[in-house]
Amino acid sequence: MGLKSNLNNLKEKYKGTKMAPAFNALHTFLYTPNDTTHNGTHIKAADDLKRTMNTVIMAMIPCLIFGMFNAGYQHNLQVGDVQAVTSGFFSSEFWTLDNFMIGFWKIIPLIIVSYGVGLGIEFIFAIIKKHEVEEGYLVTGMLVPLIVPIDIPLWMLAVAVVFGVIIGKEVFGGTGMNILNPALTIRAFLFFAYPTWMSGDKVWVEGAVQRTKDIAAGANLDAISGETILGSLAQGKEMTHSVADMFLGFIPGSVGETSTLLIILGGLFLIFTKIGSWRIMLSSVLGAIAMGLIFNQIVDAGIIVEGSKFYGLMSTPFWEHLIIGGFAFGTVFMATDPVTASQTNKGKWIYGFLIGFVSILIRVFNPAYPEGVMLAILLMNVFAPTIDHYVIQGNVKKRMKRLKAKVA
Amino acid sequence: MGLLSKKDGKLILDPLTDNNPITIQVLGICSALAITAQLKASIVMAISVTAVVAIGNLIISLMRNIIPSKIRIIVQLVVVAALVIVVDLVLKAFSYELSKTLSVFVGLIITNCIIMGRFEAFALANGPWRSFLDGIGNGAGYGLILIIVGFFRELLGSGTLLGFKVLGDPIEKTGLYAIGYENNGFMLLSPMALIVLGIIIWIQRSRNKALIEDH
Repeated sequence: MGLKSNLNNLKEKYKGTKMAPAFNALHTFLYTPNDTTHNGTHIKAADDLKRTMNTVIMAMIPCLIFGMFNAGYQHNLQVGDVQAVTSGFFSSEFWTLDNFMIGFWKIIPLIIVSYGVGLGIEFIFAIIKKHEVEEGYLVTGMLVPLIVPIDIPLWMLAVAVVFGVIIGKEVFGGTGMNILNPALTIRAFLFFAYPTWMSGDKVWVEGAVQRTKDIAAGANLDAISGETILGSLAQGKEMTHSVADMFLGFIPGSVGETSTLLIILGGLFLIFTKIGSWRIMLSSVLGAIAMGLIFNQIVDAGIIVEGSKFYGLMSTPFWEHLIIGGFAFGTVFMATDPVTASQTNKGKWIYGFLIGFVSILIRVFNPAYPEGVMLAILLMNVFAPTIDHYVIQGNVKKRMKRLKAKVA
Repeated sequence: MGLLSKKDGKLILDPLTDNNPITIQVLGICSALAITAQLKASIVMAISVTAVVAIGNLIISLMRNIIPSKIRIIVQLVVVAALVIVVDLVLKAFSYELSKTLSVFVGLIITNCIIMGRFEAFALANGPWRSFLDGIGNGAGYGLILIIVGFFRELLGSGTLLGFKVLGDPIEKTGLYAIGYENNGFMLLSPMALIVLGIIIWIQRSRNKALIEDH
């Protein structure tokens, strides 16, 4: 009697009862059900919802592993235990077991809380609403730990997940019906509810908050801090990171969004497996470049001069906007969410372009919310159905005209 | 009930539950979102609106047979404007700080849809006593929701109730704050009032399916 048959027995035993969806979900999550069809049905491809979700999670795994190393590296770098990386992506200062373990012990609890609370809510709703548990949370649960600061208290994450899953998804009818991206809803909730834990120069490096407290309590330690690049630019500070560091990801930031290189790899994987829309990714990058160029032109024309509070981010070269902050991560993994994005191909171009455009706009004009990509994607999520509506109406009109021309 | 017949009692009780002006008729939302960050402001707003709508209903009902129907909106506006000015002055005289918190929203009671709605829908067609009770009922139904929203927003947003630090002191780190609890700043922003309101509507309609509108 293995686990599979035990689960199957449990499933049979609770069939038709209130708890049935919970056991069904557990069973199908771990194993192929006994009652699949073997022949005769006309299935074109094997990607069901579960496979789609798993593919996205696989695309994020490199970012996650890198995030664990980076968490330890940023901590050790600030404490002074390691030297800054010098020899490219495979620097020996970065890929050490010590770095990995620091990140591992901080990030695994984030993942456990994210999945535990989120799936718990999904189970409860499935039981109340008497439908099967949907796989929708699998990707959200992995995205959430990647887009929060490493030092976020676990209870805050739990509260935010409860809010995000219920208000962001379940009230609209569950997986596939939500208007807003649930992972971003969770992050936005954290951002507005607990701003001190989501911004500033203390939360991005593991242990910085605790260190500050210890010093206040009289401990004889050096303070550690690490400002994100967007944060320092917004304050007009001098940049201390090289472009290579930004691209490879050896910078402070949310857990999984620092390495543009690995995000691009994940993005290519999504495009190759036809799960992520290349139209959205490409048009979003184009939108960001367009806005970045406009700002650079404004600075070049001398309208904004040094000393203005917008100067720091406006004078940032347009291509640098693409590799700092969460822009790349948001574009690849969040904007392409098939549920909340535009569905029509033309709509995807408009939707993506505006995400990139608005992201940079928010970054520059609202230094209080330097991470514009989160708000830009949420905003465009709301407009996605409207964009689709006009694209479809436009198409209908075009075809009507053609029809009329033929008749006449 | 000696004073109130069963029918009159319904005038007061219905708006509290199954015919609530905010959660069922979805009127008066703006002020419910704007001033509910603190419980005290919610309570004062609830009392002010109840007073205006009850007395206004009474006055309109007394005059209902002499108001020419072509200019009845103007007459209603004059009545409600006069009452709001009285409320505003009373607040300024007895509780200046609070009137500053409520600021423009006292004046905006004039535009509260509930008031004009009750004048039009009830006071113009019913006697003074019944109109008065209807005003009390609708004002109380509005106030009840305001107070519930205000309770949660102040408790979770500031950790206080009516200004008392019920969850401990966030700066001295006592009570709940000693174990790492922190106030939820989102609760103090208006969008969260809308979400709390939405949750109340959700709970009410899932308990009484008859309230769910057809599409």
